[in-house]
Amino acid sequence: MSFGPAPWQQTNWDWRAAGNLIGGGAGSGLIVFAALAGAQGLALTMLILAGLALVGAGLMCVWLEIGRPLRALRVFVNPRTSWMTREAFTATLLFPAGMVAAAGVPGFAWLAAALAFAFVYCQSRMLQAAKGIPAWREPLLSPLIVLTGLAEGGGLFFLTEPLHRDGTESLLLLLGALVLARMLVWLAYRRRLAAIAAPRALAALDAAGRSLQLIGTLLPLTLIALVAVGVISGGALLAVVATGGLLAATTGAYVKYTLVTRAGFNQGFALTHLPVRGVRP
Amino acid sequence: MTRWAMIADLRRCVGCQTCTAACRHANATPPGVQWRRVLDMEFGEYPDVQRAFVPVGCQHCDDPPCMHVCPTTATKKRADGIVTIDYDICIGCAYCAVACPYQARYKTDKALFAYGKRTQSEAKRQDDARLAVATKCTFCVDRIDAGLDKGLTPGVDPEATPACVNSCIAKAMTFGDLDDPRSNVAQLLAENQHFRMHEELGTGPGFYYLWDKAVAAGSRVQPTQTDGAQP
Repeated sequence: MSFGPAPWQQTNWDWRAAGNLIGGGAGSGLIVFAALAGAQGLALTMLILAGLALVGAGLMCVWLEIGRPLRALRVFVNPRTSWMTREAFTATLLFPAGMVAAAGVPGFAWLAAALAFAFVYCQSRMLQAAKGIPAWREPLLSPLIVLTGLAEGGGLFFLTEPLHRDGTESLLLLLGALVLARMLVWLAYRRRLAAIAAPRALAALDAAGRSLQLIGTLLPLTLIALVAVGVISGGALLAVVATGGLLAATTGAYVKYTLVTRAGFNQGFALTHLPVRGVRP
Repeated sequence: MTRWAMIADLRRCVGCQTCTAACRHANATPPGVQWRRVLDMEFGEYPDVQRAFVPVGCQHCDDPPCMHVCPTTATKKRADGIVTIDYDICIGCAYCAVACPYQARYKTDKALFAYGKRTQSEAKRQDDARLAVATKCTFCVDRIDAGLDKGLTPGVDPEATPACVNSCIAKAMTFGDLDDPRSNVAQLLAENQHFRMHEELGTGPGFYYLWDKAVAAGSRVQPTQTDGAQP
């Protein structure tokens, strides 16, 4: 670790923290889409369980990262101010609600979706509360994390559509709206960061941002538009929709990975005044 | 009320790192962990270059972001302004470390020794409770509390004063009660111009930097050399 006064990449959170954001966002989004699709029976069960598995895998990543894993239950102690505690509480409610929903009990899919949305919101605020990292504390990061989580979940929903066949045109348009909104928030977020983030953080974000805009937004939107106007139909439809979903999901995950592991520069140290020594000018 | 605070006079600090060594000795921190460190910063370009030595560490903020994010309440702020960590509660999630704008927190996952093998002194002072949890400057809170119990004045009596302040060869560092107008720190702040690090973040650091003597009423204000610039 460098102890210089210039900003340096934080090393306290690594791929495991990114894994929590990626799994949590995509899993939550998948559960939300499963509820919106009105999936039933085995399809609902598989979608909800897949969403919970992703959320659980993310939380397992965090558990592997903490220094004292046997004390993990103490994470529940500070709901008054800590978004990490709130995330943990939300997850604790999400899992039983999701399991009941997966069992096919009517109404619980919506409860699970609401809790999944709350979970991804907690994650977004958790990052934003990290005041030491300029790229994280920017307020627009919160809507960006929520939007990309939902878009990733929607992407996974359409990626797996050949298995469940619950996708509808309105859900496809919703996915298109989410990736478009994600890109617009991304552009505003990046503009606001320009003056405060370290150049190397901005360079890392720009690389991920290009993927997000071209591969994660324009390509899926093009594919969705082709489907919406009826250019693509029949057997190719599922493959095209799945491709769009895959692109939307993977680019969002890449942005979050970059945010944590490459754009997590602190702001270093700065003096507003230099010491006045010796003879005055 | 009492509000313990520290002052570093940037005009006096010579960057000798004695405070860093004293802190490490007093607190038995492992290699790579410097609760008190001194940055060597250069500004400008030849031939117009200035250099500043800047002691940094936990700023014991009025509104510490590390405390707010802590999911376990291991990080707390005492009524006298000192921010503490309960090592027996901390889960080592390092959320506080990324929330701290002053890079003051450390997490050491395994025991490290200066010469590879553990020396006698290191064996005697090793504290496994500090492994895999967050650690940081405590303002030598044990010395302060023990000194107060003996009727001593922190910042005045060395026995009740943080080790870094005691060790400073240039009297660049001062410790005392900000809420007492007669205290050493209150008087230094009244007599000098000062700033706090990253004040725009609203954390209210309890660590002040002196950079020039106070401007007398009616006199010309000295120009400032940087605008929050980094070297």
